[in-house]
Amino acid sequence: MNLPVDLNSIWFVLVGVLLTGYAMLDGFDLGIGALHLFTKKDEERRLMLNTIGPVWDGNEVWLVVGGGALFAAFPNCYATVFSGFYLAFVLLLFALIFRAVAIEFRSKQPMRWWRQMWDIGFAAGSILSALLIGVAMGNIAQGVPVDARGEFAGTFFGLLQPYPLLLGITTVALFMMHGAIYGVMKTEGELHDKLRRWALNSIIFFVICAATTTMATLLYVPHMAARIKDHPWLFSIVILNMLAIANIPREFHRAKDWLAFLSSCATMATLMLLFGINQYPYLLYSVPNPENSLDIYNAASSQKTLGIMLIIAGIGVPVVLAYTACIYWIFRGKVKLGKSSY
Amino acid sequence: MDVLTLSRIQFGLTIGFHYIYPPLSIGLGVMLVLFEAFWLKTKNQVYHQMAKFWTNIFALTFALGVATGLVMEFEFGTNWASYSRFVGDIFGSALAAEGIFAFFLEAGFLAVLLFGWDKVSPRMHFFATCMVCLGAHFSAVWITVANSFMQTPAGYHLVGTDMHRRAEVTNFWQMVMSPSSGDRLFHTLCGAWMAGAFLVISVSAYYLLKKRHEDFAWRCMQIALPVALLASIVQGISGDMSARMVAKWQPAKLAAFEGLYHTETNAPLAIVGYVDEKDHKVEGLEVPELLSFLTYHDLHAQVQGLDSVPPEDWPPVQACFMFFHGMVAIGVALLAVSMVGCLVMWRGELSVNRWLLWILVFSVLGPAIANQLGWFAAEVGRQPWIVWHEMRTPAGLSAVIRANTVLTSLVLFTFIYMLLFAVFIYMLNHKIQTGPHPDDLVPHGKLAIPNLTTDESTS
Repeated sequence: MNLPVDLNSIWFVLVGVLLTGYAMLDGFDLGIGALHLFTKKDEERRLMLNTIGPVWDGNEVWLVVGGGALFAAFPNCYATVFSGFYLAFVLLLFALIFRAVAIEFRSKQPMRWWRQMWDIGFAAGSILSALLIGVAMGNIAQGVPVDARGEFAGTFFGLLQPYPLLLGITTVALFMMHGAIYGVMKTEGELHDKLRRWALNSIIFFVICAATTTMATLLYVPHMAARIKDHPWLFSIVILNMLAIANIPREFHRAKDWLAFLSSCATMATLMLLFGINQYPYLLYSVPNPENSLDIYNAASSQKTLGIMLIIAGIGVPVVLAYTACIYWIFRGKVKLGKSSY
Repeated sequence: MDVLTLSRIQFGLTIGFHYIYPPLSIGLGVMLVLFEAFWLKTKNQVYHQMAKFWTNIFALTFALGVATGLVMEFEFGTNWASYSRFVGDIFGSALAAEGIFAFFLEAGFLAVLLFGWDKVSPRMHFFATCMVCLGAHFSAVWITVANSFMQTPAGYHLVGTDMHRRAEVTNFWQMVMSPSSGDRLFHTLCGAWMAGAFLVISVSAYYLLKKRHEDFAWRCMQIALPVALLASIVQGISGDMSARMVAKWQPAKLAAFEGLYHTETNAPLAIVGYVDEKDHKVEGLEVPELLSFLTYHDLHAQVQGLDSVPPEDWPPVQACFMFFHGMVAIGVALLAVSMVGCLVMWRGELSVNRWLLWILVFSVLGPAIANQLGWFAAEVGRQPWIVWHEMRTPAGLSAVIRANTVLTSLVLFTFIYMLLFAVFIYMLNHKIQTGPHPDDLVPHGKLAIPNLTTDESTS
């Protein structure tokens, strides 16, 4: 089989697509979690939980599959990042587990203390997950110390530098915006109006964060803008990104909530695209020894495995997309509380 | 303790805890398919009530399975990075296939199963249930394939040296169909079916004892007991096949299971007993020639003992012996229980036979414990290898992690898993005490069958 690009690059794109899919999907349910404590009313909290009720499980699977794809396609990168960022990943697991359990158990008992406890668990788990994902992305963008064996040579606290933390907060803001827009789409009445206000506020929050991150990137992490500097036509993606953000309030005004949601998805996709374009072909950029960096060639599986995996993905992914779309279609419309609700 | 011991404890703890849930999901998945099939076939609404009640329990086990399963996927990278580099080319693809083929299917259709009762037609709902069940089975397929590569690696070659040494796929199907994967998958699935069936049996027996929801419990029992019996019988056959496979491909492991130190003909089988590790013999009740017969279907066959491999390649013998014998004993007991149960039920005496009902209530612990012991036996028996005869367990450890970091995560995992388990038991008990909902006898929305439902329920 003769492909115009090599399998390694295809897998770089595919892992990116899976992670973007994860951000678009789990992003809104982490965002709903981050907004959860803003309302005090039990019924509104239940409604918010039930907007994500049927789908959060499936959304999290994108992370599992993204991780699996990284393991399969670039095992060296998977091994270095997961063992190197040990505590960060353990914390992420905690946050995700706590959150999953909170969703499941919160509404099963009527006691106030019970619900309050799980509500805090749900919100804290969601915010911490978003933050850690952002911090991980920030470290990968900024580069981390890698030794000659290809192993991580830093420490846990070394991962918590200002730039990654800034990206972490930006991710929380992005997911809050995304979640609020999703909530607007799925609710009605008083909660709908509240979510609309939160959505507009979180857009402002996100724009401030994004602008700060952009400045910080240009000043302190110039290699993350190098490719766009060399190829000015790629700047069109930046413009698309700006247009997508600007389109969100516009669609709100026209009461086209689902178009606002799509714009938010487009915002995420263009951000990931910018990230990927500047990162390529590196998976884990090494600072201060760039020659130790892990890239899509020295960290990859054999060509045979990449080929087999491409066939598996080729069979699996269209099917997954088709029935995911069906499921969102079945659960379209405004959410109502019923007997099988959370 | 050193980082290796801590990592092994952590992996054992997290996998052991995780493995409580997937067998229940797989087994209950089968039960759900049966309940709904009976509902569609007979239009008797009690089957609808059963499907709904058990779907709630399924959701509980599934949620815990996902939450604890994510930990497993991360842990290969966090604690066993060198192993991940070595097998990534093979193991990673099996995991990714599991994600794409199994998890998406399961999680996607679970939404319809749980929340789609009044949004889709009965047939569509049944289809969704089948897909969830299929997804659960697929995940068993791929994870067993991945695990079997550690037991009987096939379809690969080694490239590179020292740090960069790794296994690469040469023949994908040969890797998937390794000598052990078929038998091990079958054995795992049977164990899962038993776990699901005995959970249904246990709860139904409890209701019958307490004289609550008797019609419901009776119908559950009628489906679950035969499934349990069938699964137990098939499990016996599968166990026999698995043991003979182990004898062929991992003789040191079988020798450890049986505490057989010396290669011998007419090898005896210890029914109960313990291993005297100092004097290299088994103390207990032995049946002469039985091991030779079971392994090779020949009373005089020679069975390889531990002396056929150097002592540094021996797994921990006592532990293997105990895990293996515990599993087999429980399996046999469950077979007996399900036989007696079916017989008594067939004679219509189940509801008056209180001692049997009490045994059935506690029978749910059987598959749960036997499944754990089985995995322990399989994985401890693989030691000291992480990949059979290719890589030793200590070599698979991450190079950069420190003992106190792992200790921190181990303490945290222990804490959160105890919390999770307490919540699981609490919720399970709550659902069981609440029982099936009387409203579920009358399906709503699109699931309502017009010619069967009464007037006031069609709203």
